[in-house]
Amino acid sequence: MTTETLIWLIPLPPILAFFLIVLFTNKNKAFSHTVAIGAALLSFLGSMYLFFWRILPAPELGKEPFASAINWIPTGDTWLKIGVLVDPLSAVVLFFVAITVLMIFIYSVGYHNYGQPAGDHDHAGLPPHGATVEENGHKHVVLSIEPMYSRFFAFISLFAFGMLTLVLSDNLLTLFVGWEIMGLCSYLLIGFWYAKPSARDAAVKAFMTTRIGDVFMLLGIAFLYSATGTLSYREIFTANTLHVLATVPTPVFGLSAAGLIGLLLFIGTVGKSAQWPLHVWLPDAMEGPTPVSAMIHAATMVSAGVYMVIRIFPLLSLDPHTMVVVAFIGSFTALFAATIAVAQNDIKRVLAYSTISQLGFMIAALGTGAYVAAVFHLVTHAFFKALLFLGSGSVIHGMEQGVLHTGNHEVDAQDMFNMGGLSKKMPITFWTFLIGGFALSGFPVLTAGFWSKDEIFAEAFGTGHLAVFITLAFAAFLTAFYTMRQITLTFLGEPRTKEAEHAQETPWTMTLPLVVLAIFAVGYGWVGIPEHFPGLGGLIPNWFHEFVGSTLAVMPEAVPFSFVPLATSLFVALGGLFFGWLAYRNVQNTAQDKLQIPVLKNKWYFDELYEVVFIKPAIWFSEVFVSLWMDKGAIDGFLHLFGKVAISTGSAIRNYFDVPVINQFFGDGSAHVTQWVAKSLRPIQSGRIQQYMLVSLVVILALAGLLFYLLRLA
Amino acid sequence: MDFLTSHLLSLILFIPAVSALVMLFMPKDEAKLLRWFTLGASLIPFALSIFLWTQFKSGVTGFQFEEKYVWYQAINSSLHLGVDGLSLTMVLLTTLLTPLAILASFSVTDRIKPYMMLFLFLETGMLGVFVAMDLLIFFVFWEIGLVPMYFLISQWGSANKDYASLKFMIYTMGGSLGLLLGIQLLGSLFGTFDLAVITAKWTSAQGFLLGYPIATIKTIAFWAFVIAFAIKVPVWPFHTWLPDAHTEAPTAGSMLLAGVLLKLGAYGFLRLVLPLYPVESHNYAGWLALLATAAIVFGAFAAYGQTDFKRLVAYSSINHMGFVVLGIAAAAFAAGTADAHIAMNGAILQMFNHGLSAAGMFFLVGVIYERTHTRNLEEFGGLFPLVPIYGGILIFTSMASLGLPGLNGFVSEFLVVRGAFPVLTVYTAISMLGLLFTGAYILKGIMKVLHGPLNEHWAHGEHKLTEINTREIFVMAPLMTLILVIGIWPAWILEVINKAVMRLF
Repeated sequence: MTTETLIWLIPLPPILAFFLIVLFTNKNKAFSHTVAIGAALLSFLGSMYLFFWRILPAPELGKEPFASAINWIPTGDTWLKIGVLVDPLSAVVLFFVAITVLMIFIYSVGYHNYGQPAGDHDHAGLPPHGATVEENGHKHVVLSIEPMYSRFFAFISLFAFGMLTLVLSDNLLTLFVGWEIMGLCSYLLIGFWYAKPSARDAAVKAFMTTRIGDVFMLLGIAFLYSATGTLSYREIFTANTLHVLATVPTPVFGLSAAGLIGLLLFIGTVGKSAQWPLHVWLPDAMEGPTPVSAMIHAATMVSAGVYMVIRIFPLLSLDPHTMVVVAFIGSFTALFAATIAVAQNDIKRVLAYSTISQLGFMIAALGTGAYVAAVFHLVTHAFFKALLFLGSGSVIHGMEQGVLHTGNHEVDAQDMFNMGGLSKKMPITFWTFLIGGFALSGFPVLTAGFWSKDEIFAEAFGTGHLAVFITLAFAAFLTAFYTMRQITLTFLGEPRTKEAEHAQETPWTMTLPLVVLAIFAVGYGWVGIPEHFPGLGGLIPNWFHEFVGSTLAVMPEAVPFSFVPLATSLFVALGGLFFGWLAYRNVQNTAQDKLQIPVLKNKWYFDELYEVVFIKPAIWFSEVFVSLWMDKGAIDGFLHLFGKVAISTGSAIRNYFDVPVINQFFGDGSAHVTQWVAKSLRPIQSGRIQQYMLVSLVVILALAGLLFYLLRLA
Repeated sequence: MDFLTSHLLSLILFIPAVSALVMLFMPKDEAKLLRWFTLGASLIPFALSIFLWTQFKSGVTGFQFEEKYVWYQAINSSLHLGVDGLSLTMVLLTTLLTPLAILASFSVTDRIKPYMMLFLFLETGMLGVFVAMDLLIFFVFWEIGLVPMYFLISQWGSANKDYASLKFMIYTMGGSLGLLLGIQLLGSLFGTFDLAVITAKWTSAQGFLLGYPIATIKTIAFWAFVIAFAIKVPVWPFHTWLPDAHTEAPTAGSMLLAGVLLKLGAYGFLRLVLPLYPVESHNYAGWLALLATAAIVFGAFAAYGQTDFKRLVAYSSINHMGFVVLGIAAAAFAAGTADAHIAMNGAILQMFNHGLSAAGMFFLVGVIYERTHTRNLEEFGGLFPLVPIYGGILIFTSMASLGLPGLNGFVSEFLVVRGAFPVLTVYTAISMLGLLFTGAYILKGIMKVLHGPLNEHWAHGEHKLTEINTREIFVMAPLMTLILVIGIWPAWILEVINKAVMRLF
């Protein structure tokens, strides 16, 4: 099989699995998850084979990537082609996507309680509530299987297909196809428990917020397509085309065509990767099942946004104005989201805001031109954030067992203040979560997060973007702080509730993916150690920089080593972790938590603001202005006026002309005249011959007289 | 076989009407016979259309399968039929949707015989417009299509049917007046109604006519045509007949109304307005684009503002047809360029795609209305667990309507946006607002019907909601298949459209 054929085949198993499950196996839960995991495994094996046996041996992948394209849409004389492309960038992204997706699939089996009995009162559309089982004569409640188990696997298969399509596309259009398929899946999965109003609303919010970005992105694609006549990366990123794009001016903000296209596409990323000001959907998306959170917030969808903007970097970097916008949005988001994360009590929401913040790091890195650092952080983040989300799901799952044990359903299994001391109950979850958390904080040397974050610092500092550097440093400090707060509240100390006391470790289907991801959360950093790093640099070649950097036409130079960013990086990571532990090691309840500041807890009131500024007016505009005033009032009113005018003209004609003139004057009038004449003549119709003769005589005489008179005149 | 190929179009055109006449002699109480006969009668033109599609040579210039019969010799009007890639696509859409609409009507029990006959007459009326190559014949079929639809709405419609049917009839007739006068003008000028002849002479006409500069006359005639077609499409602000007519019409009537009848208006633009008035079309394209954008944006907002499920879907048609008109406007403005070809490809494909998804959406609304006797979105809620298959189909079709990539609507909307962007940049950008709100109203529909806490009223007893049945799935299956196939592999149909567009514009 040629490499190109293999690439075409990699996204197919999940979509086939989707159709198989939907059409055939949905009644059988075991079949359904076998099909889905089998498909994910096939794509995984294909990707790994591709990566290790075809990509790594390829000598100059950056210059000669694997590519193949076919005609898709006829456009006049030409065709719009679509195809696949594997260059170093898509190779590293494909690598982490394939692994995390497979791990999430396996994890989902345990998360949705496969093998457990059906629930007592469960029904489709709500999370399972537990089943009563009788063992040795005494009843107790255990976790119950998800009623829509098969449907879940169908949806995540479609999701995986979307992501693989996006990564392997050689053009922006099929990237957009994958992008939107994931949008649909995130809608379906966030609203998986659709009978819960909060989940339903979160799903709509996610879809609509990202769609704002999407319509701008579509405009950008249309603009790019009409400006260059192609959407294929390889054809756009040629020196000539880029030069034209950079020099053509547009009437918008004095941007060049490249700048405007880049900005429009970047707005798509702002939506998809939940950057300020379109970040509001992501925390609400926690309504979905936890594997979905991992899927959306780590492995696939939000990464897709960053991937796209990395993909168009050659175009984006042409206009400095756009780059400033990108750097600003990224660094602002990084800090802004981190401030919210410190005040959240829901274990998943902390991670949600941390995701927004970390994506901000990548965007900011890209805005400063740090291409490789952005990719590096994208990959390491995918591993450790998938790990953290799955770990938090494992914690919640363990807590739910405690809840079922005590029977007190009032206790929120996601509130960290209900936890504590879980490290002893759930050791695997604890250790893996700790690794993930340390990687997120950038714990020095050991974790992958350190290497990627350090590179971002080094680049921002080395290229003179001091504002970005300082903002990100603050954000990184907060990151380490809230991560340690989370770990301390969840795992350390003593259990604060009975439920936490009875929490149990989760089954192997859930812990195995944690272990695998933990390995990558540590080890992946070692492929990108900078050459000049004190002590370690040069021991292992900086493979990542060389490999990913070769995607660009000109290999980006590594910035010279400086102690300032390194010291900052060490300080914020270790300092944040330390203070986080110090502040929370003895906290027992929310009252003792000094950071429960309303403005932070309420996310700077952005939801409320948008509600008042956008949503309410839009609803009013739809329901009142357009529907009532414009259509029913003005337009229909005008039409009805026609009807009324026609009717009143008709009745005017009838009442003022037909009835009086034609009917009464001419019609009835002539009848009256005739009647009167007839009536008047009636006396002469007496039937007497003599009278008739007399009248005849009079008439004859009169006629004779008249005749005589006339003749005489003549 | 020879007879078949040489009379293919007249067979497709008249078999439905002749079948309807045959039905006159059938007993009116034999429901089964009447239904299956009608379905069979409508499947023949469909089979013939597929045959037509396979025999059609998209590489050949001009019209194919032409037929010409003497009709009204005194004024030189003849029954001249023919198809090119543009009309072929519409013929296929019509002959596909009619049997599905009839199958959807199997649940109708009131006066089956006249009902079914009207559908067959309607099919002939619609097909006639698409295959006519003579202006007078075009107009005759244009008007014939109105009559059955009027009766379908006024006799089999729901509560407010009298108002809706009258509005529909009078509005469309009002628009047709100008069209008739315009056609008469052309006919009396050139002594023929043959489209090809008129197009050649009319576009090159210069100087004075009846004492007025020909440019003035052309402008007036142009607007007469445009208004007639704009009402039919419908373009904002001529659209308010549509929500009423669609909402009150019986389910199958709405399917054809949205699926095919609206396309007559757009087809009129493509077949008559653009070829006959290239200069005027170019000059006034900005206005047309403005109205199209208004239709896209206000259509989407209005759809979002509805509480009646069927009205919501009806307004979605205005929103979607706005993209057709936007594509037409862009093509009119930039005629001859690659942008125009792309926009036009998109517009025509959007006509076909909207036919599929709108017919599907109206049918699905009908399915739930038949069971619950309400269309009020507030009275549904959380129905997904009761009707999982219906729910899945509804989400699928809604997503097609929303323009989800991977399904058909995206391809056509993308092409329109791509074609219109460089030509009508501001309008295209504004219409993105409509595209955004397309998402809002589609999700509102799904959310109110399927999601949220279950409305217990529909869960038990006599009100218990039943799942979509096999017949109904058979109505949806072809639509869904095509929606998916065109979404993934649009080239098979776009190639035919593209070649026609390249020659026409």
